[in-house]
Amino acid sequence: MNTEKQLFTVSVYTENNIGLLNRVSAIFQRRGINIESLNISSSEIEGVSRFTIVVNVEEENIKKIIGQIEKQVEVIKAYYHDDDETIYQISGLFKIKSDLLFEERQIQNIIKESSARIVTVNKEFFVLEKSGKKEEIDLLHRELKPFGIMQYTRSGRIAVTKDEMKISTLLETYNN
Amino acid sequence: MATETIKSKQTTPKITERISGSEAIVRSLIAEDVNIIYGYPGGAIMPVYDELYKYQDKIHHVLTRHEQGATHAAQGFARISGKVGVAIATSGPGATNLITGIADAQIDSTPMVCITGQVPSHLLGSDAFQETDIVGISTPVTKWNCQVTKAADIPAALAKAFYIARSGRPGPVLVDITKDAQFEEFDFSYEKCLKVRSYVPVPKTVEGSLEAAATLINSAKKPFIVWGQGVILSEAEEQFKALVEKAGIPAAWTILGASALPTSHPLNVGMLGMHGNYAPNKLTNECDVLIAIGMRFDDRVTGDLSKYAKQAKVIHFEIDPAEINKNVKADIAVLGDAKDTLSLILPLIQKNAHTEWHQKFKDLYAIEYEKVIKNDLHPTKQGLTMGEVINEINVQSKGEAAIVTDVGQHQMIACRYADFNKTKSNITSGGLGTMGFGLPAAIGAKMAAPEREVVSISGDGGYQMTIQELGTIFQQKAAVKIVVLNNEFLGMVRQWQQLFFDKRYASTEMTNPNFVAIAEGYYLKARKVTKREELAAAVKEMMESKEAYFLEVCVEKEDNVFPMVPSGASVSEVRLA
Ligand SMILES: Cc1ncc(C[n+]2csc(CCOP(=O)(O)OP(=O)(O)O)c2C)c(N)n1
Repeated sequence: MNTEKQLFTVSVYTENNIGLLNRVSAIFQRRGINIESLNISSSEIEGVSRFTIVVNVEEENIKKIIGQIEKQVEVIKAYYHDDDETIYQISGLFKIKSDLLFEERQIQNIIKESSARIVTVNKEFFVLEKSGKKEEIDLLHRELKPFGIMQYTRSGRIAVTKDEMKISTLLETYNN
Repeated sequence: MATETIKSKQTTPKITERISGSEAIVRSLIAEDVNIIYGYPGGAIMPVYDELYKYQDKIHHVLTRHEQGATHAAQGFARISGKVGVAIATSGPGATNLITGIADAQIDSTPMVCITGQVPSHLLGSDAFQETDIVGISTPVTKWNCQVTKAADIPAALAKAFYIARSGRPGPVLVDITKDAQFEEFDFSYEKCLKVRSYVPVPKTVEGSLEAAATLINSAKKPFIVWGQGVILSEAEEQFKALVEKAGIPAAWTILGASALPTSHPLNVGMLGMHGNYAPNKLTNECDVLIAIGMRFDDRVTGDLSKYAKQAKVIHFEIDPAEINKNVKADIAVLGDAKDTLSLILPLIQKNAHTEWHQKFKDLYAIEYEKVIKNDLHPTKQGLTMGEVINEINVQSKGEAAIVTDVGQHQMIACRYADFNKTKSNITSGGLGTMGFGLPAAIGAKMAAPEREVVSISGDGGYQMTIQELGTIFQQKAAVKIVVLNNEFLGMVRQWQQLFFDKRYASTEMTNPNFVAIAEGYYLKARKVTKREELAAAVKEMMESKEAYFLEVCVEKEDNVFPMVPSGASVSEVRLA
């Protein structure tokens, strides 16, 4: 087993109940593990939420954490995967002064080359959206920075695994 | 089809009755066979108290003198009865006062349901009078918790609470109920909860693990069993004893596992851990197969993990999958309820008697007896020892008493030396080590088993943390026997200061009040012993008393508890002096 720290994507399927975020995040907090990114959304199954949590830890540690997460009453199942086993994306939003869009040719090139998308434009500002790997969004951020960014934000990672996660079958066994 | 469904629904109508949320709380408790609860009233829980007044003949409410006392009493009740203990409190300070007991119950896997009142739902989040986010505060120390803001949700929430508290690895649960939900009326009906989707109380035993474990046990030359409270929680005492005897394996216990196998059993080789016996600690690092049953390798038991049983193959019988490989790597994990897994493995185990190996435990015991035990139990020096007090209690109670201890030196001494002839006889705060646990826990224990002799043993420090519960004892006429071993020190801390901080006794000396006068102030029979000659008669008088009885024994001020595995050291570095 790899004893070095590495990035893992943790996927947690839960009942859609109040308070679970607290319980799940407390497990990381107690062990002094910083969460790199966190996203909670609905999943492919109605009434079931999915947490996607990215952490940088040793594999041995993440196994124990998965055990403690699964122990929570309303957690259906938790998994961990490394980057090779997942397809993942994050999204960044950049708010920039509108003047620049028309006056700086270079900005237009950056937008084209990065295949970022213009979400909206008005007199004062326009908003760029870019989805992809963190490095790609970081790169775009670096390129746009010299021109001045009014606001910038990045989402948590969302991921799907290459392998199947048999949540529906699991839920069926719970129901029987 | 459609009409059929309607018909079948009509033929089995749910019996409902229009009642208030607070009445529903009480009726739900009754439906869960609760007939005793511990608590303290206040504004946000008053509607429930009003209903309790109405249902006095069904549920006895015990007014403790502090909400912490209510939780510990509920824990004592649960630990001796195996049922769910119940504590209730008002919002805000009432609720926060429950936290210590909840945390204690969580780490010691004690089934408990706490019900707290909450400010009306329209005031939630507004810093209203006596509002605290008790669900947030209690999240890390509960097995499950929830807030209810509608009366109609009360029965299901409580049913779920009881099911979760008692099933699988038990634990504490908290249900917070707003005051408006307590007043609101709705159509009440109650259905017990039998399962919760996404919750697997007892994991499936992995196929082949029992056979693999049996093969390993059968081939072992120096097998050693370490057991914990899991044996008691799953009521597997009989199966456990059968296994120990058939396989002829020496077995040692964690502090919470005490009493699952009688002290006098020839294969019971004593207590593990920091102040455990010499032989089991030492030989942990010599056995070839370590069989852990319903225990979680707490650091007080293992000492330095990197030097713990490295030579041994480890088999771990455990109900909680998160415990597997958490601290000690298991070669074979046998998941499941101990009662089931032990029953299943028994036929696969060959009869054996590891006489030579067992002899090693006896040899080391002889050394420990000479160096430590003899002086503790039959001292020749002047001052009274804690050990001889416990020994006298053993004699007078014939080892039949339930011993409830607080936390400190007296706890280690009591657990080491008390005779436990019956299971569920050792009630103590293990994982959290909560001073103040003993006295209120004894109240709950006595109420759960009035036929049993319940002896509470505390130090002068911890006793004063919940001393006010003498009032509860007096009001409830709970015939507990209270022993305070007074060394005028926070003894356990003083021991560490002596051994590791150059005897700098920083804030551990205690100037104590007249304990006898305090007990008498609560109208309890009380006596103080300062000399060895008085001890036997005083303990006899206490044990023969039909009522509660307080006994203060002034013991040697600077006695230490040995053996000792210094914190962070390996179990084989256990010291005898
Ligand atoms: C609530 C709480 N506070 C502090 C401690 C730390 N502590 C552990 S043992 C101990 C001393 C106990 O003294 P006493 O009750 O007199 O018992 P003794 O050790 O003398 O038998 C202390 C302060 C604790 N376990 N619990």
